[in-house]
Amino acid sequence: MEILLALMIGILTASGVWLIVRPRTYQVVIGLSLLSYAVNLFILASGRLRLDAPPVIGRGGVDVSLHTDPLPQALVLTAIVISFATTALLLVVLLASRGSTGTDHVDGQEPE
Amino acid sequence: MTGVLQHLIIAPILLPLVVAAAMLLFDEKRQRLKRVLSLGTSGALVLISAALLYLTAWPPSGAPDASHVYLLGNWPAPVGIVLVVDRLSAMMLVLASVLGFASLFYAAARWDRSGPRFHALFLFLLMGVNGAFLTGDIFNLFVFFEVLLASSYGLALHGGGASRTTASLHYIVINIVTSLLFLVGVSLVYAVTGTLNLADIAGVISRLPPDAGPILQGGFAVLGIAFLVKAGMWPLGFWLPNTYGVASPPAAAIFAILTKVGIYIILRFSSLLLPEYPAFAGGAELWLKSAGLATMAFGILSMLATRALSRVAGCYMIISSGTLLAAIGFNSPAATAGLLFYLVSSTLAAGAMYLIMEPVERNAAGGKTPSPSEPVFEDEYLGGPEDEERETEIGVAIPATVAVLGGGFILVAVLMAGLPPLSSFLAKFAIIDALLRDGRTDIFAWAIVTLMIVSGLAALVTMTRAGIDLLWTPSSLSTTRLSVIEAAPIGLLLATCVFLVIYGAQTMRYMEETARELDHPALYVDAVRNRIATEGRSQ
Repeated sequence: MEILLALMIGILTASGVWLIVRPRTYQVVIGLSLLSYAVNLFILASGRLRLDAPPVIGRGGVDVSLHTDPLPQALVLTAIVISFATTALLLVVLLASRGSTGTDHVDGQEPE
Repeated sequence: MTGVLQHLIIAPILLPLVVAAAMLLFDEKRQRLKRVLSLGTSGALVLISAALLYLTAWPPSGAPDASHVYLLGNWPAPVGIVLVVDRLSAMMLVLASVLGFASLFYAAARWDRSGPRFHALFLFLLMGVNGAFLTGDIFNLFVFFEVLLASSYGLALHGGGASRTTASLHYIVINIVTSLLFLVGVSLVYAVTGTLNLADIAGVISRLPPDAGPILQGGFAVLGIAFLVKAGMWPLGFWLPNTYGVASPPAAAIFAILTKVGIYIILRFSSLLLPEYPAFAGGAELWLKSAGLATMAFGILSMLATRALSRVAGCYMIISSGTLLAAIGFNSPAATAGLLFYLVSSTLAAGAMYLIMEPVERNAAGGKTPSPSEPVFEDEYLGGPEDEERETEIGVAIPATVAVLGGGFILVAVLMAGLPPLSSFLAKFAIIDALLRDGRTDIFAWAIVTLMIVSGLAALVTMTRAGIDLLWTPSSLSTTRLSVIEAAPIGLLLATCVFLVIYGAQTMRYMEETARELDHPALYVDAVRNRIATEGRSQ
């Protein structure tokens, strides 16, 4: 489980980093999305991995050791919303840049 | 602070949030209403933050806490989120609101009409900045960072055009990556300490098992990178001069506070956490000192190399960030007092520089205003700035435009170079004095003093060159009309600097008290802890 998650985070990060240094704006956006997936998984891992343990304490007896840490889940939720919103904003800027410069190169002009 | 006054702490966040959200409901053509609302709000923010500063520095009736703690939703910390106002955050709030008021006032001349939803974005930015200064929780800090970044993306794009779009694209991508690093740092710190409350982290880290060290250090290092990108440290600050240089003047002026948010966080973190974690402190201070020096050197070289006035201001911000970082690295109360003074003074100088730049360049270009951009949104105000100006002239045109501009430009140049009699001189003097007293044997101290003096010379050379090019050489018959609305906010920022000099002794005493508070992080930690204890009893 830990190995699997670590590999996932590693692959997503590596692909994301490679994509954000590419010259086309669309590649950069996809790279940022991949990176944000990797970071979200990473945050989830910071609360330690546990299977079959609910994050919310229900009615009745409370035994904290049977539950998983709910805080990272709340953090991931916030992070997902924020990265979703900023990606949407970035897509608009990408389109505006494409429209005003006529190229999808990140510098607004094709290299010589 | 009790009763209603207690709730004053959250007002700098709630007020701009509510007004900006309400403003989105009105049609974009109702400019006058929006202008009144946003100017009123930022004026109220100045008063509120001044009241907070007064109540923090001179607590009414024997209140023991140096910091005032506000529990959001009355959830006891560290489960809930706390807002903490102490001398440092109160000072930063006042600085941000004064700069915000001046920039908004300036924007009312014409810039708020060159794109949609300027006022709402501006107020959201102020909300994010105020929140970042007040919060005592690192994840909440991330959220406020995102609020201020998201609105700064909008403001960077304000006015449109290919150069702004390209620069904003870089700015947004860099900041999204920075935010992701911020999240990685937060989760590493949480994984080790099990808490996100800053005061709680400070209490926990000294009791951690030794094997937690590498992860914690890694977490703080990653967080540090995120803040240093914001602060514009070399080599992470390469985006700064370009993005700020092409942004519209009022937006660029308020961006001057954004780099200081990064500086503030680094100051806060190093004050609270480094004394608790000596293994990390030495390395961190060495890093800050050398990074600050490199940033200063880079700023000086690029300032001397640049010709465009807009980039000069950006280089000045890089130099001031470098000076502040290097001075933080010294970690002596006297140097901290000086650097706080310098922080205030250099922010005001950078703001005034960004505001005065556009009228000066317009004057040199013979009074031509840039053409308005194409509307992007349907409800956008369609008449360009120039149509409006012809129909209803706002304010009275001053005949002696060049005299006013020239006078203002000289004052800004004096501020940037750190010459007497304005406040930058006192601030630089305080830092140099402290460095030479505490660290006479330290090679870093001498290097920083040298670079601070050279940076003043570089600023003077560059500004003189620009002044000759833009104010002396152009045709003597100027057709530019400088409206009072544009001149007044520049005057306000410069007058604030003069005020800081006239009340120099009082200002310096406040800074020394603040530095003493930062040197005793237990005050902050205990204030939050006591609040937890008393809250626990009452429930």
